[in-house]
Amino acid sequence: MTTALTRGAAKAPAVLVLEDGRIFRGRAYGAVGETFGEAVFSTGMTGYQETLTDPSYHRQVVVMTAPHVGNTGVNDEDPESGRIWVSGYVVRDPARVTSSWRSRRTLDEELAAQGVVGISGVDTRALTRHLRERGAMRVGIFSGETLADEAELLARVKDAPQMKGADLSAEVATKEAYVVPAIGAKKFTVAAVDLGIKGMTPHRMAERGIEVHVLPATATAEDVYAVAPDGVFFSNGPGDPATADGPVSVMRAVLERGTPLFGICFGNQILGRALGFGTYKLKYGHRGINQPVQDRTTGKVEVTAHNHGFAVDAPLDTVSETPYGRAEVSHVCLNDNVVEGLRLLDRPAFSVQYHPEAAAGPHDAAYLFDRFTALMEAERA
Amino acid sequence: MPKRTDIQSVLVIGSGPIVIGQAAEFDYSGTQACRVLKAEGLRVILVNSNPATIMTDPEIADATYVEPITPEFVEKIIAKERPDALLPTLGGQTALNTAISMHEQGVLEKYGVELIGANVEAIHKGEDRDLFKGVVEAVREKIGHGESARSVICHTMDDVLKGVDTLGGYPVVVRPSFTMGGAGSGFAHDEEELRRIAGQGLTLSPTTEVLLEESILGWKEYELELMRDKHDNVVVVCSIENFDPMGVHTGDSITVAPAMTLTDREYQRLRDIGIAIIREVGVDTGGCNIQFAIDPEDGRIIVIEMNPRVSRSSALASKATGFPIAKIAARLAVGYTLDEIPNDITEKTPASFEPTLDYVVVKAPRFAFEKFPQADSTLTTTMKSVGEAMAIGRNFTEALQKALRSLEKKGSQFAFTGDPGDKAELLREAVRPTDGRINTVMRAIRAGATPEEVFDATKIDPWFVDQLFLIKEIADELAAAERLHPELLAEAKRHGFSDAQIADIRGLREDVVREVRQALGVRPVYKTVDTCAAEFAAKTPYFYSSYDEETEVAEREKPAVIILGSGPNRIGQGIEFDYSCVHASFALHDAGYETVMVNCNPETVSTDYDTSDRLYFEPLTLEDVLEIVHAEAQAGPIAGVVVQLGGQTPLGLAQALKDNGVPVVGTSPEAIHAAEDRGAFGRVLAEAGLPAPKHGTATTFDGAKAIADEIGYPVLVRPSYVLGGRGMEIVYDETRLEAYIAESTEISHDRPVLVDRFLDDAIEIDVDALYDGHELYLGGVMEHIEEAGIHSGDSACALPPITLGGFDIKRLRASTEAIAKGVGVRGLINIQFAMAGDILYVLEANPRASRTVPFTSKATAVPLAKAAARISLGATIAELRDEGLLPKNGDGGTLPLDAPISVKEAVMPWTRFRDVYGRGVDTILGPEMRSTGEVMGIDAVFGTAYAKSQAGAYGPLPTKGRAFISVANRDKRSMIFPARELVAHGFELMATSGTAEVLKRNGINATVVRKQSEGPGPDGERTIVQLIHDGEVDLIVNTPYGTGGRLDGYDIRTAAVARSVPCLTTVQALAAAVQGIEALGHGGVGVRSLQEHAEHLTAARD
Repeated sequence: MTTALTRGAAKAPAVLVLEDGRIFRGRAYGAVGETFGEAVFSTGMTGYQETLTDPSYHRQVVVMTAPHVGNTGVNDEDPESGRIWVSGYVVRDPARVTSSWRSRRTLDEELAAQGVVGISGVDTRALTRHLRERGAMRVGIFSGETLADEAELLARVKDAPQMKGADLSAEVATKEAYVVPAIGAKKFTVAAVDLGIKGMTPHRMAERGIEVHVLPATATAEDVYAVAPDGVFFSNGPGDPATADGPVSVMRAVLERGTPLFGICFGNQILGRALGFGTYKLKYGHRGINQPVQDRTTGKVEVTAHNHGFAVDAPLDTVSETPYGRAEVSHVCLNDNVVEGLRLLDRPAFSVQYHPEAAAGPHDAAYLFDRFTALMEAERA
Repeated sequence: MPKRTDIQSVLVIGSGPIVIGQAAEFDYSGTQACRVLKAEGLRVILVNSNPATIMTDPEIADATYVEPITPEFVEKIIAKERPDALLPTLGGQTALNTAISMHEQGVLEKYGVELIGANVEAIHKGEDRDLFKGVVEAVREKIGHGESARSVICHTMDDVLKGVDTLGGYPVVVRPSFTMGGAGSGFAHDEEELRRIAGQGLTLSPTTEVLLEESILGWKEYELELMRDKHDNVVVVCSIENFDPMGVHTGDSITVAPAMTLTDREYQRLRDIGIAIIREVGVDTGGCNIQFAIDPEDGRIIVIEMNPRVSRSSALASKATGFPIAKIAARLAVGYTLDEIPNDITEKTPASFEPTLDYVVVKAPRFAFEKFPQADSTLTTTMKSVGEAMAIGRNFTEALQKALRSLEKKGSQFAFTGDPGDKAELLREAVRPTDGRINTVMRAIRAGATPEEVFDATKIDPWFVDQLFLIKEIADELAAAERLHPELLAEAKRHGFSDAQIADIRGLREDVVREVRQALGVRPVYKTVDTCAAEFAAKTPYFYSSYDEETEVAEREKPAVIILGSGPNRIGQGIEFDYSCVHASFALHDAGYETVMVNCNPETVSTDYDTSDRLYFEPLTLEDVLEIVHAEAQAGPIAGVVVQLGGQTPLGLAQALKDNGVPVVGTSPEAIHAAEDRGAFGRVLAEAGLPAPKHGTATTFDGAKAIADEIGYPVLVRPSYVLGGRGMEIVYDETRLEAYIAESTEISHDRPVLVDRFLDDAIEIDVDALYDGHELYLGGVMEHIEEAGIHSGDSACALPPITLGGFDIKRLRASTEAIAKGVGVRGLINIQFAMAGDILYVLEANPRASRTVPFTSKATAVPLAKAAARISLGATIAELRDEGLLPKNGDGGTLPLDAPISVKEAVMPWTRFRDVYGRGVDTILGPEMRSTGEVMGIDAVFGTAYAKSQAGAYGPLPTKGRAFISVANRDKRSMIFPARELVAHGFELMATSGTAEVLKRNGINATVVRKQSEGPGPDGERTIVQLIHDGEVDLIVNTPYGTGGRLDGYDIRTAAVARSVPCLTTVQALAAAVQGIEALGHGGVGVRSLQEHAEHLTAARD
């Protein structure tokens, strides 16, 4: 057990300012200073370490709807990447001690060590309701010397960049290609274009005998085919898919050649664009680990992990003609009928908007990795 | 995949009387299910012997059978109604066991009834320890996680003793198969304990099977609630973490939702195991709950057990999340899939998701050890609590402190003043889990214990321990602060401190703290339970308070009526009061009011968000109620607050609410005082010229002695303002009187002790009546079977009264009217009378809904609580007669001669309690109420109705075999005729020497058997206790010679409980039983639904 902070040493005041002028006051959490980003809320009750380290949260200030955060501390196994990516963190009741046999340090220490500015003690439910009604928007968190009068803080928030139109993949993706070896006997080689990939994704593939060559976001079709892949994978990642022209053209090349293709999240949006569909920004996105998605091929419902602010605009109930043959919406979110998956009927390609690799979240959709290997097997046969 | 079209009618089995481990939660689940099935257009046939439930209200099902839940009676119902399907998963273990037994007897096949919601194989796989172990092994092979505790199955004591060696020695856990609420299980630390616990377990288990298991004491404990549909969609509705680690039954633990100390990896592992188990077991549709233990050292996961049905935990999970498990289970059972069912709360999203919480829920158990002073108060794997409170807060500390004050029990809230005691001593005490251990832990912390010391003593998770330290640090700050500044007050409130706690710490009055706090603008806001952490807009106003920024209470136009519920179930204040509150809500909603329910009991129908227009899941303290009234006053007009229906809890708030300007409707606080205060009530009686037993009130022994000397022993003594006869005792001499006054903690200057003449040999009568200021409606007159001196809640009674004539009713009516008028009742009043000789004494009057309101309502087919609620808001009895809510003519005192006879029988929790030596507790009845629930038997004649009530409560009366009779001298005369009847019905009598002698002199032969105190005879002749244990006695009549366990009677009665042999402890019960046996002997006992009874009654009335 780590020693409790004595209450006398309660943290310094902090202020959260939304771009529409609404203000929440609380106490500094993690690093002291100022930070900006897009305010989004995440409804998962577990998995804060995975959330914090998910590159898709780059440049976002994450509001946790679960009130108690940090109870299990920070361990060395659960991060989804090498660092915390959220630009700010908003919680109600941070833990004072940790309780887990795997915990190495407190979340507060970890946030401070990585310079992540946070705020605690705010009415996160009121903030969430505000974002639900008004939509995701820019936000700033201020503590310590960065505090100033409200008008000044609001002006700083309004100066921060917007998420719409942001091209962020390159900022979070690996600069150098690397290989995640297959666990057990190697059966396939996959080229994975890293647009902000989470660590669990290559791991899920490796578990199925796939050797995963993770390539930078700037990888070209030549780079992809240089590893002689049985399949190509496009990862999740932050930012506006409308800016991802590079990956879209690589994907078109893959579709041309008919190599088995699988995309997750950003990868789904890129497939959408490659097929000629549009993408759009959701009012407040899907971020949580309890979303009901129906697999239209089986009718079954899976409870899934989501983290997306943009979605593909494709017709739900008709098969679309695309340059690569017929395509259909394979998965939908039952909460709001958002497109959650695409599938080509004439070529071996599919993608989902949500996170079958989970981490955090339920494992219900893990079968999609099996579908990917099945495509590669079929192609080989 | 929509609803099945091949099912037109379905039989739902309820859970019967409230007992420990199977309580009001099944009324909540069952009511939801019946309503849903009815809404789906199915004909719903219900059987439940418990009249105090909402589910047995005639409008909930199409045909409601208040009949014993035994295979015999259920078969009669099936034969009569010919349902297409049977849904057995909503009535607890009782329903499940009954259904299985009917399946095994071929009854379901014979009548072509399909079991829905569960299949027999799945039930066996889930409930049979050995099969379930196989399930867990299969799951481990598939997904690589989860295992069972190492264990051995035993069928004999030899197996048991060998089993311990296999497991590597003591301690071991003993778990009998197929018992409810973990009955009969426990930890054995040595052979003696093992022999005792396993011996009882083998007896309790219907399959004579117990499981011995490695000890996982002190591990972290979790539960998951899952649902599966026929399309194999599975969702986890809720995770629950136990504050008390492994070793305490989850029903007796403080529990927390959601789980607080799991990473996502560990949580998903539990989820994967849970889903794999529900699939492997083969629960086709419906809910189940799975319990896990996790080793805090390394995370090793052990699957403890699963319940393939709706349970207490699922009711809690439903209330905690807003996801109504029973309702959805019923829909799934008739063919829907989860994605086809809308989420009630959002209306837009489907039920095929997993609720996410942005608040914390804490449940705390309510015990009744004070009622069973002999019982061992150590908490074990056998459930002992009688009720629970749930609280919701935006963080754990807020929810915890709200839950503790919801328990409404002296000392349940943390106290921060006074000497906490010796640290080492407190830590030693905290090792043993007991009711209130958390308060011991808090005292240890105040005495200087470190977090490590607390963990070492209790194994309570370090995160929870730190939360207790956090609370203590805030208490310290409150004590040290120069003044109560707004930041500090807000911080204290944010962590759940009540005004009373703050007042105590600051040495102020509670109302002063409240005034200061409100003046500083520190007030709660109300948040919504919405299943989705605000991701979608909620349509259902299900609120909890929190000291946060933004409130979600919407404005309204209709006038609101706020109904205060009854809080956690306890002995004396249970589901009957919830029944009345729910009825009030329905009636007032129909009358055009917006109904607002306030309650903190997760087991109840009143806390179903479907019951009232608005629900506040809040403690029922003055502070919490005042804040709700304030919030609702901001939202719109308030017509009034109803305090009369939730029992003593809201009634106790009446005066203070009025003093704070709250409009209390119905009987005024002054009138309540006139009935409850002995002096004032005495004046009411004197004015009306009604006799009461001689009595007086005293605050000291000397005062009490003087009164007793004047009126003569025996005297009935009790504290004032209590419910359920708490602390009530018949005192035969001065020595005991002195001891009573010395021991009683409830007596103070403001709360004197009442000393009454005790009326020996009197007939006790209960009356429920409505009064509107002009007219009296006599709801019903109940004649007790047992004589006066046994608490009315523990006594069986008959309605209409079986030995009272028209003249008696006339007198009762006149007296009731005089009292109702004299007190100033507007609504319900319950009066207890005693008829001694020819004098009708008034024992007491309660100006509120009584425990018998649901029974009376069902027996007479008149909704008394609905009428009372309307009268409270100004309707007159005449208007209600015109409306049809009350009968046009006559009342419960003028029932037609051929009206059915209803018998209420109390159900006692004896099997649940043992003393520290492991012996059973005595089963004699007395003036202190100890029953947990009741059943009703209804039939054309008394004998059959009584026999049904016994079958519903304790199992069928025997119609032949051996009866053992041993009665006190004063009962010997009255025993002769019934004994002769028993012989006439073919019983062989056995008796102890004294009783046998009296019987022989009267020409009745009885075999003399040896008393326990005599020991076995020279040729090994067995004593009566041995004979009972050997299963050679079918009926026991044993009236107590005195109290306490010194005499033979104690051993006889505890043996009867252990062997489940019917045991009558009064001669009145014997006389009634003989009539019952006679009725059964004639054969052809039929079943009739309440709807049929009502139709018959209504026709006869017109």
